[in-house]
Amino acid sequence: MSTYTIGIAGNPNCGKTTTFNALTGAHQHVANWPGVTVEKKIGHLTRNGDSLEVVDLPGTYSLTAYTQEELVARNFLVDERPEAVIDVMNADALERNLYLAVQIMELGVPLVLGLNMMDEVRKNGKTIDSARLAALTGCAVVETVARNAHGTDELLKASVSLAAERRGEWKPLHISYGPDLDPVLARMTALIEESAFLTDRVPARWTGIKYLERDEDVIVKGRMADTAVSDRLEAMAREVAEHMQKTLKAQPDALIADYRYGFIAGIIKDVVTYPLLDEDRISRSDQMDKVLTHTLLGPLIMIAIVYLIYKVTFTVGEIPMGWLESLFGVIGDAASNALPDGHLRSLIVSGIIDGVGGVLGFVPLIIFMFLMISALEDSGYIARMAYMLDRVFKIFGLHGTSVLPFIVSGGIAGGCAVPGVMAARTLRSPKEKLATLFVAPYMTCGAKVPVFLMLAAAFFPAHAATVMLAITLGAWCMALLVARALRSTVIRGECTPFVMELPPYRMPTLRGVLIHTWERTWEYVKKAGTVILGISILIWAMMTFPQLPADRVAHYEALRQAAQTEEAAADIANAESEEAMLNTVAGRIGAALEPLTKHAGFNWRTNIALTGGFAAKEVIVSTLGTAYSMGDVDPEDAEPLSERLLADPAFTAASAVALIIFTMLYAPCFVTVVTMARESSWRWAAFSVVGSTTLAFVMAVIGYHVTRAFL
Amino acid sequence: MSEPFCLRKAKVNQMLKIVTVSAAGELGRRIRDMGLIPGTECKVIGKAPLRDPVALRLKDFTLTLRNSEADHITVREQEG
Repeated sequence: MSTYTIGIAGNPNCGKTTTFNALTGAHQHVANWPGVTVEKKIGHLTRNGDSLEVVDLPGTYSLTAYTQEELVARNFLVDERPEAVIDVMNADALERNLYLAVQIMELGVPLVLGLNMMDEVRKNGKTIDSARLAALTGCAVVETVARNAHGTDELLKASVSLAAERRGEWKPLHISYGPDLDPVLARMTALIEESAFLTDRVPARWTGIKYLERDEDVIVKGRMADTAVSDRLEAMAREVAEHMQKTLKAQPDALIADYRYGFIAGIIKDVVTYPLLDEDRISRSDQMDKVLTHTLLGPLIMIAIVYLIYKVTFTVGEIPMGWLESLFGVIGDAASNALPDGHLRSLIVSGIIDGVGGVLGFVPLIIFMFLMISALEDSGYIARMAYMLDRVFKIFGLHGTSVLPFIVSGGIAGGCAVPGVMAARTLRSPKEKLATLFVAPYMTCGAKVPVFLMLAAAFFPAHAATVMLAITLGAWCMALLVARALRSTVIRGECTPFVMELPPYRMPTLRGVLIHTWERTWEYVKKAGTVILGISILIWAMMTFPQLPADRVAHYEALRQAAQTEEAAADIANAESEEAMLNTVAGRIGAALEPLTKHAGFNWRTNIALTGGFAAKEVIVSTLGTAYSMGDVDPEDAEPLSERLLADPAFTAASAVALIIFTMLYAPCFVTVVTMARESSWRWAAFSVVGSTTLAFVMAVIGYHVTRAFL
Repeated sequence: MSEPFCLRKAKVNQMLKIVTVSAAGELGRRIRDMGLIPGTECKVIGKAPLRDPVALRLKDFTLTLRNSEADHITVREQEG
């Protein structure tokens, strides 16, 4: 009866997540590593009376301090001292996968090597001598095919018995780093040991290696622990680095990598047997790449696939979305009938049910998009998309994979920024991801389409299609240009290197795709129940309170009594709604902003509508209707509103152009903002709201004045 | 023995052996993490539609590399 923590490490694309899923099944939950947006997945299980906590570490190629993922993985090993670690390896690329394993061995954590994808090894005609590998590395070795759950139970068994046997004892591996580094490393190790420098946490020699590699994280921690010792170690490292630069024209970290690979090459020679004539055999994957990344066919097929994702998400997803809408409509009606007229009813129906219903309406879109994106990612195609598009997107400081968030957000008019922002998950490079998150909501999402259609129908009736095309292209231009601007200012810096694995094409497993989709969807639904519900109530309150004073209500009541026809009564009711709206917090904000927004040609009515648009963009049309005393306007059939706008002398074609530009660029709806915060940080999401709205206003003013000058 | 040249100039399907990797910092580290160190055998098996990046086949797997990153690597042609 013991309690063990078991970490699962491994390279990206090695089947680490598949192994984790096979080990823990449904007993897992997702959290975040403290302070970073890297995901932490934990599974709990009991085995023969032992209770196990299995932690999925981020996929990394090594344990340096260059990326958040690597730091998270390394700090987990050092700080939480798991009783055992499983390194899941793609056995088909054993040499490269051992590079991470060797670094874990240098720490000395009890390690089990999981040789995954043994089916591919056999298919490629290679043989691996696992017993020999175990003897050479001193680690338990288990062969697995995680996608069929072959060997995963043995893997768990091996790690539990290793944990029981070693009882938390670390046995660091010593690799020789050659005549240039070994002597200084020995001196450093002696100094570290005699001053007990960080030795309560990590092996002395490991600290020495990290100082030679100039690992910032370890050096900062060292300075905090003991500045004098740290200074001496840094001086020693600097001295040998300068000497090496003169004699070998290389840095210690490069030499260390060479010796590690040398050590690994020695193992490989003994363990792996390659088939003869391997060079002539073209793998199936390479053959597929000849077509799928072909100069002409490649991009064409990619366009077709992207279009297919888009089509399936929005045409198939629309069907269950309609069911959800009707369901919430029924619930809303039931609540309306059951509750007495008043604030409570308004709060429950308009605030809670409409708000949460609107948000849950996105769930089918998220499900369908993630089903397809997970399948594409597991198959290896997403890496090819990045490969083909990188040259174009690099110009704008983005990454090839940015294309997916753009398209799903509405790069083809009619998308949705919520799943679009979530699609940015596939981006592994942090700076490019931030830029993509910021600009993806500029795309023409389905909720903006009615706004644009209504304005186009009113002011450019003969050219509605051209206007829509111009808007879609304009959104792309703005997104790319703003991304470029961001990457030259706030998130300046070199492009993240594109040294990236092109994994062989693999058939995605249904189980893997379903688990992935479920995780994403559930995470979103949880948000809908908490943050999003709160904001939705807040927006409702802003558009409801304060209400008209009693004397004004009485005034309208009297007018209604005096009304002769039903039409006249309806006009009075609409006038009352208009005045009521102007009286609310949102209305007052709109009115107060008029002196500023008149530069873009917006009156207070437009301002209220745009404020409401923060809840959801389609609200712009209905709110504008109320503000123009028209009662509720159906966004799907906004022709009367078009006519009404055309008749307003204060609302000109220039105002329409400005409004189109502003709607395209200003703050994304709050559901997107919440999702964006989840993908990056609240600070970044807030910056996006303020930054985009400012940009939108400036562009709208320019658009307004330019149009006025020419039309 | 042929003369070393920059990986950017390598032709598709030419058999190569890495001679030097001069990148430092993060790029150098990423290149080495992937196993691109002196002595490694590799071959450019394809180029993206706009000729950049390239797909580089190593013994066990394939990776992508931008031309600007290939500039830090010199290679020698392998016979046969």
